[in-house]
Amino acid sequence: MIVLYIIVPLSAAFLTVIFGKWLPTLGKYLLNAALLFLTGLTLYLIIAGPEALIYRVGGFADVADVPIAIFLVIDGFTKILLLIVSLVGLLVAFYSVSYTKQYTGEEKFYALFSLMLAGMYGVIIAGDIFNLYVFLEIASIASYALVSFGIEKHQLEATFKYQVLGGVSSLIILTGIGFLYWGTGTLNLADIATQLPDHNIYNLFVSVLLIGGFGLKAAMFPFHSWLPDAHSSAPSPISAMLSGVLIKAVGIYVIIRLFFNVFALNYQIAVAITVLGTMSMIIGVLLAVGQWDFKRLLAYHSISQMGYVVLGVGIGMLLLTTGKDEKIAALAISGGLFHLINHSLFKGLLFLNAGSVEYRTGTRDLRKMGGLAKKMPVTAGSSFVASMSISGIPPFNGFFSKVIIIIAAVQAGFYWLALFAVLVSVITLASFTKVLKYGFSGKIHSQHEKIKEVPFSMSFSMTLLAVLCLVTSLLILPGVRQVFLTPAVDVLIETVQYSGTVVGL
Amino acid sequence: MKKNENYNQETTKGMTIVVKKICQFMAPVIFLFGIYITFHGHLTPGGGFTGGVIMASAFILQILSNGSILERLRSEKWRLELTESIAIFCFLTLAVLGLVLTAYSVFFANFLDRGTFGQLVSGGIIPIGNIIIGVEVCAAISSIFIALLIFKDEEDEEESR
Repeated sequence: MIVLYIIVPLSAAFLTVIFGKWLPTLGKYLLNAALLFLTGLTLYLIIAGPEALIYRVGGFADVADVPIAIFLVIDGFTKILLLIVSLVGLLVAFYSVSYTKQYTGEEKFYALFSLMLAGMYGVIIAGDIFNLYVFLEIASIASYALVSFGIEKHQLEATFKYQVLGGVSSLIILTGIGFLYWGTGTLNLADIATQLPDHNIYNLFVSVLLIGGFGLKAAMFPFHSWLPDAHSSAPSPISAMLSGVLIKAVGIYVIIRLFFNVFALNYQIAVAITVLGTMSMIIGVLLAVGQWDFKRLLAYHSISQMGYVVLGVGIGMLLLTTGKDEKIAALAISGGLFHLINHSLFKGLLFLNAGSVEYRTGTRDLRKMGGLAKKMPVTAGSSFVASMSISGIPPFNGFFSKVIIIIAAVQAGFYWLALFAVLVSVITLASFTKVLKYGFSGKIHSQHEKIKEVPFSMSFSMTLLAVLCLVTSLLILPGVRQVFLTPAVDVLIETVQYSGTVVGL
Repeated sequence: MKKNENYNQETTKGMTIVVKKICQFMAPVIFLFGIYITFHGHLTPGGGFTGGVIMASAFILQILSNGSILERLRSEKWRLELTESIAIFCFLTLAVLGLVLTAYSVFFANFLDRGTFGQLVSGGIIPIGNIIIGVEVCAAISSIFIALLIFKDEEDEEESR
């Protein structure tokens, strides 16, 4: 059943290319159907229970206790990521049905979209680090092409920058993988965890390489320079996918997985991750608040919000390494993961809003908008919901995840981090007040007198995402949390359990 | 690369007659060598990727020596893309067949008879996979090359305007 996550998007991609010449509209239906199916499958897996599913590709048995097959693993943490990829992917794909009508060669868009999805699913479920790298490259290369899909000058420039930095990060990651293979003689993540030599400098060196590489992919603070260009120039559905899902699936997810379940928890690495998270949180929002380009502002906020996720997880890591209360660590990690889910929903929605505004008015400059609330009520309403969510206003989902992170920071005694988190939230609110004021309220621009609301597929996706922004607040309730978040947190808290369940050692 | 205006367009394209003839002799041999590498992928070093690149180099040699016409390149490129997609889809189908045909139903299961080690027809689905990858890589490398050629030709056309 696990392989369906790879088979379905890949066959959608190839069938789209094969029949694209004769049936140009096939791609959009195939992609939507595929994602609908995979969303259903993920929900079924989550409700079925927290047990880990393990799959050996090719059916190779272990040889002398060495796992030689390629492993695919689905556990509690994986399921959350699978859910957000499928759900946000589905809504974005449905949004694209109308949006891509402005491009020629639509079928190529959907083929690349499916490939990118296959890459992301692969990264999430891969149980060995080299296959993780291969899928990471599939996802990245498809996204390079998608960023420049409109082949305008600024898009090509952004995609070039993205490609160069993406290439650098891939090289660093591959070097790290090489060192890992040299030191342990295995590529299986669970096996690496048991084989890692007890040599502190080697472990630190490999950790730094991997944090650098995946940090670049996740656009954490010192490595963030490519993100605002790439995410703001891409076609809006793709921006939503990149910001909402891709940086989490290929960046944050891998960092969390590696440093919780593969490497032994290490105080220095935990401090480094927490500092990186805090820095991205603060710097991202400070860079965002002065932007006038709608999508660029959102892109900078992605850096900042990912900082919250890393901060939450980092606090959990710090507490676990210093042997403090495990309950507070669990609280911090669940806050981080909760914010990861929330961010994919509201950031996806915000980029789709920006896309809708651009679709009708042709501009991304906030100063040239104004008064759009009267002409585009659905877009304005959903932007309001998303802005309130990202700034952490109750009862929207962003409030609860931020509050959990802040409470955990206070309980753990990191008062400064809690203060920074509150402060960043206030600045976020300020910058989104600016968006709402300049974009949607006030007097309408004379050239935008005749615009109307976006087509059905676009407004439907936005409405559904806005509803989801409210509904995911329910994850705070104990009964719901037990099904969605707790299994994921358990996987991370029980750090050594992972290799035990996967290779049975 | 000397151009003589008395000749018609076909013969002035590409390189001199010596290069053209040599390439004409060499291209089939290179192509055959590519097929050899692909088919022996499970026995000797090399395999689908290496063989595919060698096969593509035979095409590339022909195009380089004989010159090219923009319209033909365009139609050729589309056919190559189609070949590539069909080949990669076949590979996926091969992997899924393992899921469907074997009793233990695993993705990428080797559902064919393994045969005797060392013979050309052995290894189950591995030679088939190699052949499919060979076709895929050959088509992909050629279409990348042709895409670059088309890009250059279009630029030249714009400059001459």
